[in-house]
Amino acid sequence: MAADDTNHQMWEKLGIDLAKHDQLLGVLPTIYKQVYVDSQQNRPKGMGFFEFVIGDVHGIRIKELVQAKADGKMIVGTFCLYVPDEIIVALDGVSIGLCGGTNFSNYAIEGVLPTNTCALIKSALGFGFGKICPYYAIADILVGETTCDGKKKAWEVLAKNKAVYVMETPQLKGRTQARTHFIDELKALVKQLEDVSGKRLTAEKLRDAMEKISKKRAQLRRVYETRKANPPPISGKDSLLVSQIAFYDDPDRQIEMVGKLADECEERVGKGEGVVPKDTKRILLSGTPQAVPNWKLHDIVETSGGVIVCEETCTGTRYFESTYELKGDTVDELLERIADRYLGINCACFSPNTARTDDIVRLAREYNVDGVLLYTLSFCDPYQYEAVSLENDLKKAGIKVLSINTDYASEDAGQIKTRVEAFLETLQ
Amino acid sequence: MTVVTVGIDIGSLATKVVLLKDGTILDYVIERSRHSFKERAKELVDEMLQKQGLVMKDVSSILGTGYGRHSIKDIYGQAPVTEITAHAKGVNYFIPNAKTVIDMGGQDTKVILLGKGGKVLDFQMNDKCAAGTGRFLEVMAKTLDVELDYLGDLDAKSTKEVTISSTCTVFAESEVISLIASGESKPNIIHGLHRAIASRVNGMVRRMGVIPDVVFCGGVAKNQGMVRALEKELSSKIHLPKDPQITGALGSAIIAAERLPPGN
Repeated sequence: MAADDTNHQMWEKLGIDLAKHDQLLGVLPTIYKQVYVDSQQNRPKGMGFFEFVIGDVHGIRIKELVQAKADGKMIVGTFCLYVPDEIIVALDGVSIGLCGGTNFSNYAIEGVLPTNTCALIKSALGFGFGKICPYYAIADILVGETTCDGKKKAWEVLAKNKAVYVMETPQLKGRTQARTHFIDELKALVKQLEDVSGKRLTAEKLRDAMEKISKKRAQLRRVYETRKANPPPISGKDSLLVSQIAFYDDPDRQIEMVGKLADECEERVGKGEGVVPKDTKRILLSGTPQAVPNWKLHDIVETSGGVIVCEETCTGTRYFESTYELKGDTVDELLERIADRYLGINCACFSPNTARTDDIVRLAREYNVDGVLLYTLSFCDPYQYEAVSLENDLKKAGIKVLSINTDYASEDAGQIKTRVEAFLETLQ
Repeated sequence: MTVVTVGIDIGSLATKVVLLKDGTILDYVIERSRHSFKERAKELVDEMLQKQGLVMKDVSSILGTGYGRHSIKDIYGQAPVTEITAHAKGVNYFIPNAKTVIDMGGQDTKVILLGKGGKVLDFQMNDKCAAGTGRFLEVMAKTLDVELDYLGDLDAKSTKEVTISSTCTVFAESEVISLIASGESKPNIIHGLHRAIASRVNGMVRRMGVIPDVVFCGGVAKNQGMVRALEKELSSKIHLPKDPQITGALGSAIIAAERLPPGN
C-alpha cells in the first residue's frame, strides 16, 4: 500500500476532514519551496533532516504518536513554552506544541472567535475546530495557560471540543507569592497529568527528563551561538525552522539532529563559510512567536539583502536560553528549579517586564546586529505595548529599530518589503 | 568627464523620470503609470533620451525606485533603491536644510527624518491600506465630481470646519456622500478631508518630532489645500521642493551617480 493511502487511513481514524486537510497539505510544499528552496543557497547539509520533517509534517511523526499512544503513552498538546515539557516527558508522555502559523484554518473559527483575535490563536483554534490537525486530534489533553487575555478566553472556547486543562501562570512574577503560587500550580499540573497518564512522577524520572530537555536546549543554543559569526553559517529562516520543529519532534532525536547541525555550523564558522556574504546586514528579530509555517518576516528580510542572526521570541531564545541545575532529591525540590527557570523567561505577558529590554540590548551586542526588528502580531496587546516603549528605549541605547505589526495574510507583504528594504538602506 | 544618470520612480499612480547631467536636472517627465510598469518606464526613458538628442550609451547609469522598482531590475540591471532613501536624497537636493520629510504618494504616506547629506535617520510608513493618501483623495474627488487638480483651489473657498472622522477610503466616502446629501458645500467637505489627512499624518510625524525644515513632497504636495492643512496641524511652516512630485526620481538619479565607481 502506498504511504499516501496509509496516511489517509491514519488521518481518517483520527477524525480529520480529509478534503480540507488535502488542500492544506497541497499548499504547504509550494510555500516551503518558494521560501526555503528557491530563495536560498549554500545551506548547511544538516538542514536536510529538518526539510524532511517539515515535508512530511503530518506523516511519520503522527505515525510515531499513534504508536506511542498504543504503547500507553499520553500525548499532551501545548500552546506556550511556559508549560514545562520536562514534566510531560517525565511521565513518559509526549509534548507537542500546537500553535498555528497560517490563516488557512481561519474559515473554521468564523462565528466562534471574535474578529479582533490575534492570528496565532485564530490559527491554532481553527486547526482544532476545522479538524485539519492530526496533532490536535491525537492529543489526550491540551494544556493551556493564563498568559495573555486572548488565550485565557480561548481555552473556554476550546474546552467545548476537547479536554483542556488550564495552568495558571502569574502576572506579576517578581513577587515571592507569585513564585509560591506558580510552584503550587506546577504541582497541580503534575497531579492532573498523573491522572491522564496513569503514572506517578518520581524525582528520578523528573531529573532524567530535566536532563534530556536541558540537552535539547543546549543543542539549540549551540546552533544560535554559531550565528554570532560574520558571516553566519546558517540563515535565519533555517534556524527558525529548527526551533519550530523542536516544539513537536522527539527530544532524543532532536538532541542528535540539532547536535549534528550545530557540529556542521561550527565547522563552517571555523572555515569562515557563510550562508550569506560577509558583512551582510545583521538583524535581531524580537517579538511574538512564529509558528509553522509563519516564515513571512524572515523571508522578507532575507530576500531584501539582510540576514536574521537571532530571534528574541518564544520560537527563539526565550525557548532555550535559560538553564537550571539538576539538583534536588525530591519532586518538590526539582519543581522549584523548574519554576525558577520558567519565571526567569521574559515574556510580555508579565508586568512589569523591563528585563526583556535588557535581554534585547544584550543580544543585540552579543550577536553584533546592525538593527532590531520589533515584530508584533495584530491584536497582540502585550507585545504591541512593549514594542512602543522598546522602540524608544532601544533608540536611546543607540540601536536602530524598525517596528512591524502584521498578521499571516500576504496583502501587506509589498509594503513591509519597502519598509524592510528602506531600513536596511539606513544601516549602510 | 560628463556623468549622465536617469532616475525612475514608478509609483502606483504615476511614473516619474528624471535625467541628471553632472548634478543638474536636464529634463523630467511625470506620466500616469500603466499596467506594465516595466514597458511604461522604458518608453518614457527612450522618449526623453531621444528628445534630448542622447542615446543609451551616453547614460552612465539608470536606477529605479518606488512601488514598481523591482519590475525594472532586469532591464537596467541594478539593485533598486526604496523611495524612502530616494526621496530623502531628492529633497536634500532642493532643500539642503530639510530635516523632516512628509511624502504623500498614490498609495502610501511616509515621514522621513533626514540627517546630513540627505541620509535617512528614521522613518514611519502607514500600514497596509491606502487611508489618507493620493488614492484616497482621487476617490473623494470622484465622489464630489471635481477634478483632482482643483481640490486645493476649492479648499481655499471653504467657510466652515466640517469634520470627517475617518481616513479609511470606504468609510470616508460614505461620510462624504451623506454630507453632500445634507447640503454641505464642496469646499467645506474638501477642507474637512484635508484636515482628516493632516491629523493622521500628524500622528506619524509626532512619533519622531516636528524638526524644521519640514518638507512636503509626493504628488499630493501639489495640492495647496493639503499644504495649508498640514501647516496648521503641525504648527510649522511647510517647505515645498521646486517640483514636489519628482524628488523620488531625482533622488534615484543622484544615488545612481553616487554609486558609479570613481573615475567614471
